[in-house]
Amino acid sequence: MANVTLRNVRKTYPGGFEAIKGVNVDVGDGQFCVLVGPSGCGKSTLLRMVAGLETVTGGEIDIGGRIVNQIEPADRDIAMVFQNYALYPHMSVYNNMAYGLRNRGMAEAEIKTRVEEAARVLELTSMLERKPRQLSGGQRQRVAMGRAIVRQPKVFLFDEPLSNLDAKLRIAMRVEIRKLQRRLNTTSIYVTHDQLEAMTLADILVVMNGGQVEQVGNPLAIYEKPATTFVASFIGAPPMNLMATRPEEIRSQLAGSNAADAGILGIRPEDFVITDQTPAGGVALPLTVEAIERVGAETFVYGSREQEEQHVAATPGELPPGEIIVRIPGTEAPAIGAKIRVAAVRAKLHLFSADGRTRLEA
Amino acid sequence: MVEEEGFRRYVAHIILWIGIAIVAFPVYIAIIASTQDNALIANGQMSLLPGGHFFETYYQTIFVGTSGSTREPVGNMMLNSLVMALLIAVGKIAISIISAYAIVYFRFPLRMPIFWIIFITLMLPVEVRIYPTYKIVADLHMLDSYAGLALPLIASATATLLFRQFFMTVPDELLEASRIDGAGPLRFFWDTLLPLSRTNMAALFVILFILGWNQYLWPLLITTRDDMQTIQVGIRKMITTTDALTEWPIVMATAVLAMLPPVFVVVVMQKLFVRGLVETEK
Repeated sequence: MANVTLRNVRKTYPGGFEAIKGVNVDVGDGQFCVLVGPSGCGKSTLLRMVAGLETVTGGEIDIGGRIVNQIEPADRDIAMVFQNYALYPHMSVYNNMAYGLRNRGMAEAEIKTRVEEAARVLELTSMLERKPRQLSGGQRQRVAMGRAIVRQPKVFLFDEPLSNLDAKLRIAMRVEIRKLQRRLNTTSIYVTHDQLEAMTLADILVVMNGGQVEQVGNPLAIYEKPATTFVASFIGAPPMNLMATRPEEIRSQLAGSNAADAGILGIRPEDFVITDQTPAGGVALPLTVEAIERVGAETFVYGSREQEEQHVAATPGELPPGEIIVRIPGTEAPAIGAKIRVAAVRAKLHLFSADGRTRLEA
Repeated sequence: MVEEEGFRRYVAHIILWIGIAIVAFPVYIAIIASTQDNALIANGQMSLLPGGHFFETYYQTIFVGTSGSTREPVGNMMLNSLVMALLIAVGKIAISIISAYAIVYFRFPLRMPIFWIIFITLMLPVEVRIYPTYKIVADLHMLDSYAGLALPLIASATATLLFRQFFMTVPDELLEASRIDGAGPLRFFWDTLLPLSRTNMAALFVILFILGWNQYLWPLLITTRDDMQTIQVGIRKMITTTDALTEWPIVMATAVLAMLPPVFVVVVMQKLFVRGLVETEK
């Protein structure tokens, strides 16, 4: 059992490209930390640095009170699950799991006990003699997990382990991984680009973008108080509606201390209600309904605010051009082309500085 | 339409059978001739049916040899050829798999120049560098030895190139998983890379064994003693006789014997061989 602490960790490639620009994360003993971000944000690189597969060019990586920057992957007491599983194709399931233990000179009887225990937990007992190519994707995934478990390492590292599975299996395995991690109580770092996976698995969520940490914290806290517009739009599906506060119509509604400084206003789709009233201190917007998506328990209404389009276009950043997504429960929805008014209360407004880097309290 | 399909297939089969006959007939003649009496062959009266001298001829071929200028038993020649072919095949695979491993998995100074130097040897087969190679082998006192027969033919890039291409298709994660599992470079090579290369090695072995077995020019140059002669050189020497009739049944029996080991290797390793050439799944 161990803490993992990253102190100002940097990675600069020989060509001068800076992949990781100073990351500080502290993962407590037995915690499940998820690194999430878009492709190319450096999350996999960071994980591979913890594993020892990439060199660290700045800062310190501390596993269980020991600086491991210069230590070989095999000696860091970690185990890793790869995206493509990286099972040894010519070895049986049993040998795949036993290989790392044999290399460490463990007695064959002890290896047998550990592998059989892991196989029992992962329901692989009947497949121990098979080769990886005779297994389904989900079974291979479990073998990869088994190979990590038998080592009883201080830290589990997961590099997008579920992204090669189909949607249904992915959800099932997600729950399995979470249960397993809780039972073994092993510190884990998990990389994914799927924000739903990130939200459901994490004790600590680390949102990364462009080699930097955008926000660290409890997943729900991040969801409720995103620190930047990047986090706001990345966490949550469909993403938070972000709009410029410049149009007079919005600005006048935002009368209040910080509102005057705010450049960007964010409102989550589920925080809107369709109403003709404007809540005190809240915001109301007129919309023209453009599309409806009914997914059963809920319905998404896509509306546009045509009259402000020229203002929005003048605003930098990732603001969608005047489109607003509203989530309403059930299947009742206005007709396409209808003019509606949606409103959100003051407590549900997210205000950001004009560059989107700072959150302002409403 | 169905009839025409059948007819076409019929024609195709006839063409294929003619092809087989063209290829197989000389082999058949060789086998028949090896069972006939030499006088009949010399008279041009050879029958196309097997003669009665099968055991006699093959016994003499393998254990005694011709009565002419080359008195070496063919059994000994076959042993020489076998040793040379095995040395070439095994030596080349061993050296090239190691060099390919170095080039693909290690970062060392002059890695690419070294690779290109190995690559260039592709353009320099023994026939091209025959004089300097002979000089070196002679200076090292390796004339009339197995080392002299095999070493110069072991040095070539084809196999290195093949293994390099194969290693580059092995996913990096396998190496990384091995590193995390505590396997060093030698362990990774021995436990993972070698087993994965099995089919490639088999395919290469078949090709290289036949290549080595069929060598003619090089053994002809560096072997002068009769007991170091290879079978391919031996056949040629048997045909040229100064003062006697060429012993055709023995020559033909030798040709048949020369064919057997390559056929045997191909038949035994066919399954692995084909898998090595076509397999893509890692």
